[in-house]
Amino acid sequence: MNNLLSQDFEKALLDMDRRAATKILTQACESVEPIVFVEQVIVPALEKIGDDWDKGRIALSQVYMSGRICEDLVDTILPPASPNRTSQPAMAIAVLDDYHALGKTIIYSSLRASGYELLDLGRVSVDELVRQTIEHKLRIILISVLMLPSALHVKQVVERLRLQNCNAKIVVGGAPFRFDRQLWQEVGADATGTNIADALTVIHRIMEEMS
Amino acid sequence: MTIETMTSLQRVLTTLGHKEPDRVPFFLLLTMHGAKELNMTIREYFSKAENVAEGQVRMRKKYGHDCLYSFFYAPVEVEAWGGSVIYSDEGPPNSGEPVIGSFADIKTLRVPDIGQSPSLAKVLEATRILKETVKDEAPIIGVVMSPFSLPVMQMGFSQYFDLMFAEPALFERLMAMNEEFCVNWANAQLKAGATAICYFDPVSSSTITPRDLYLKTGYEVTKRTLARINGPTATHLASGNCLPVVADIANTGTAVIGVSCNEDLMAIKAACRGKLTVLGNLNGIEMRRWTPEQAENEVKSAIQQAAAGGGFILSDNHGEIPWQVPEDVLMAISQAVHKWGRYRTK
Repeated sequence: MNNLLSQDFEKALLDMDRRAATKILTQACESVEPIVFVEQVIVPALEKIGDDWDKGRIALSQVYMSGRICEDLVDTILPPASPNRTSQPAMAIAVLDDYHALGKTIIYSSLRASGYELLDLGRVSVDELVRQTIEHKLRIILISVLMLPSALHVKQVVERLRLQNCNAKIVVGGAPFRFDRQLWQEVGADATGTNIADALTVIHRIMEEMS
Repeated sequence: MTIETMTSLQRVLTTLGHKEPDRVPFFLLLTMHGAKELNMTIREYFSKAENVAEGQVRMRKKYGHDCLYSFFYAPVEVEAWGGSVIYSDEGPPNSGEPVIGSFADIKTLRVPDIGQSPSLAKVLEATRILKETVKDEAPIIGVVMSPFSLPVMQMGFSQYFDLMFAEPALFERLMAMNEEFCVNWANAQLKAGATAICYFDPVSSSTITPRDLYLKTGYEVTKRTLARINGPTATHLASGNCLPVVADIANTGTAVIGVSCNEDLMAIKAACRGKLTVLGNLNGIEMRRWTPEQAENEVKSAIQQAAAGGGFILSDNHGEIPWQVPEDVLMAISQAVHKWGRYRTK
């Protein structure tokens, strides 16, 4: 996949130009398999966009819209049931306790755009998250929070799951974890991340450990 | 021993004039901690104006900071718009289900009457009590959510972005209503005795909105809104970054900018010099586990970076200190400002 095309695609995302992004994808898929475009253009673009936000170079609205555009594009070329989607342990994402779902939506969209399938549990309490983890036999749980009290409640989730002999891996993200880089360890999470690149790295690592 | 020659209000006004007062002014932007002072739950504390006024007075007496903060909690405005609030025993009351469920709801939305809202009435009453108590000795800081940032609580972040990009006419309609509400709410607080209004506008920060889009949206909204507020304003980005838009924010008519611990304080001060007073930038989330020694070092460092020449108020970086921050850390911050914040007499 040529470098210029990747740059154009990233620019279309940052300009929040759905039409331009769709055109690039349509033209590229005339000569390459859709999965190749996902792996070589979409995933690197989303990773770079997440990293650029981390470094203060771009804004959250651009990250959000990029994830949404890519999720829609990938759904058209790689439907949820496609065998080309990544085979993976049962995985879910949730917002703990509050109504601030932006971070969850960004990571959910970006992971789906990267070929993963995961349950979206929406807004859940500690009780509900523990119940759903057991019920769905989840192996990886991504928890997004905005408020500090919600971040501190992750500790209860971890303790309750361990009491039930559930070893699901807990990955946390959100503002409190960005502002206090030790907080994820304090609440007993297995990993943390600040962007989609981190999320992908962490999931790959956990999958390797599990295999 | 620091010999202080100014009242808190004189100290703050001097620094706002970009001159050095007797010492660095500091705002401990405490809200929920008043419940601890009165031995109440957070919900009970915010149920009466008298509690909040008493809590603010006691905390200022204890820590010796330079303002009273009539802010209850962010969704107090959402309650006025018909939304609900979820209380917690260990954090600020949070917004419940968004009041705007779909874009179509914007067409039937009406601007709330400030006088008809019980939640806003409590804030106004607390402001009046504080003004009677403190008179002109210390500033009373009232709070509004910016019209551009309020939709995060009215409809949720994701849906708000979708509105901004896909439905410009409805976005403008919502901004017009929010501007009307914001101006009325700010002016009611000023009339009740607030000295200045803290205008919380995290969505305008470059963490959330790129500058190009900000100039077409949040910037214009803010210019129109601040021009109609009958008193001084401080724009607070609630932990968001400001450097790419700091000059633009200075052009909106605000006097102060609340800044993030994630940006270089010296660079911010240089960009603001003579134009905006810098308010910040202690990390409120980390503050929870600071030792008193760390607290002193953080205060000393911020003062060294930004206090010279005035135009600086030491504060946390979010505009609300978390419930979990212990009293000994708050006391250590206070002592450190008194120890390291003295300006040399010229």
